Amino acid sequence: MATLREIKRRIASVKSTMQITKAMKMVAAAKLRKAQTRLMSTRPYSRQLTDVLGNVAKKSHRDLHPMMKNRAPHKVCYVLLTADKGFCGSFNANLIRYAKKELNSSPAEKKYLVTIGKKGYEHFKRNDFPLYAHYIEIFNNLEFTHAQRIAAELMKAFENGTFDRVYIIYNRFKNAVQQETQVEQFLPVQQTATEEKSKPISFLYEPNPQVILDKLIPMSLNFQMWRILLESAASEFGARMTAMETASDNAQEMIKELTLYYNKARQAAITKELNEIVSGAEALKG
Amino acid sequence: MTDKNLKLEIITPEKIVFSNPVDHVKAPGYNGYFGVKPEHIPFLTVIKTGNIKAEMGKENKCFAVCGGFVQVTGNTMLILAEAAEDAASIDLERAQRARDRAMKRLQEKAENTDIPRAKAALLRALNRLEVAKM
Repeated sequence: MATLREIKRRIASVKSTMQITKAMKMVAAAKLRKAQTRLMSTRPYSRQLTDVLGNVAKKSHRDLHPMMKNRAPHKVCYVLLTADKGFCGSFNANLIRYAKKELNSSPAEKKYLVTIGKKGYEHFKRNDFPLYAHYIEIFNNLEFTHAQRIAAELMKAFENGTFDRVYIIYNRFKNAVQQETQVEQFLPVQQTATEEKSKPISFLYEPNPQVILDKLIPMSLNFQMWRILLESAASEFGARMTAMETASDNAQEMIKELTLYYNKARQAAITKELNEIVSGAEALKG
Repeated sequence: MTDKNLKLEIITPEKIVFSNPVDHVKAPGYNGYFGVKPEHIPFLTVIKTGNIKAEMGKENKCFAVCGGFVQVTGNTMLILAEAAEDAASIDLERAQRARDRAMKRLQEKAENTDIPRAKAALLRALNRLEVAKM
């Protein structure tokens, strides 16, 4: 049986751990709120961009933009988004497992992997898996230029034929406690069916729809990358918040059990002492 | 003069930079600067790095933009830019640093320097500085 002092020390240690997990939960919650607002503020841009894209796509000829070329998928690139840090439950593990499954099941001849976030990078580096490119520690200070840089790199590789397909594996943000690991096609650009709801406005294009479309497509890809980065960041904070909440709850439970144990031990010690005193007195009387 | 206003909206992926009625807007289009007044015909163009000037009454507002689109429909002028900043909120020091960095990269001409990108960066920095001083 552990001594009273040992148990006491144990309780103190669990308590201080709980304080840390509680603080981490608060921080994650604050960051989650910020990330969520950022995600929300992409909405107007997204809506308008789809609108403009729809208007232009109707006008331009079916000349395919280089980013729309649908080649046979011999060379496939997977972009894996993980977090830079741990302490977020099974967030990273799920993503890595998902990515491995995708890589193994893909019938492509050549498979490439690009990682965004430190955890994915470290995992595949450890297993000597060749990486086409990696981006780490961008989530600390996420800016639109990051999305532009990553998207530009992928577009370049797609255009010169290094990749035939580019997929992105990431956690989609559903709500604070739910994330959904999913894979999304990034390149080639999938043409969305433009719904004809209103009468098309006859625009004056300067210089012409084709040139505008050529500029619009990279822009919308940059934006897609940006949205995905934000989704992943928000999911990460959500996952961390939940994980830290669970950790705090577990610590609370542990403290309760240890306290009970401590009290029992204390009582046993007192009973033992009393017993000794009483039996000593009996012996003297004897 | 019509009594109607033109609604100017400047939107970037990060936020809505500006959304207010104005009288007149000047923006850097594909073929150079162009002006838009209320009741403009539907118009769609690419915008380059430059500045957008908006007039409302006696007030003027100026924005630095780089890369994007303008769509004019009816009485709304929508500007979708990859980056846009209100002249008043430009960080001069940061813009200067960006300019110096871009210049250095162009001068060194290291093997892995992406020249077009460095040039674009330089242009953006110069534009920001110019707009800030207006």
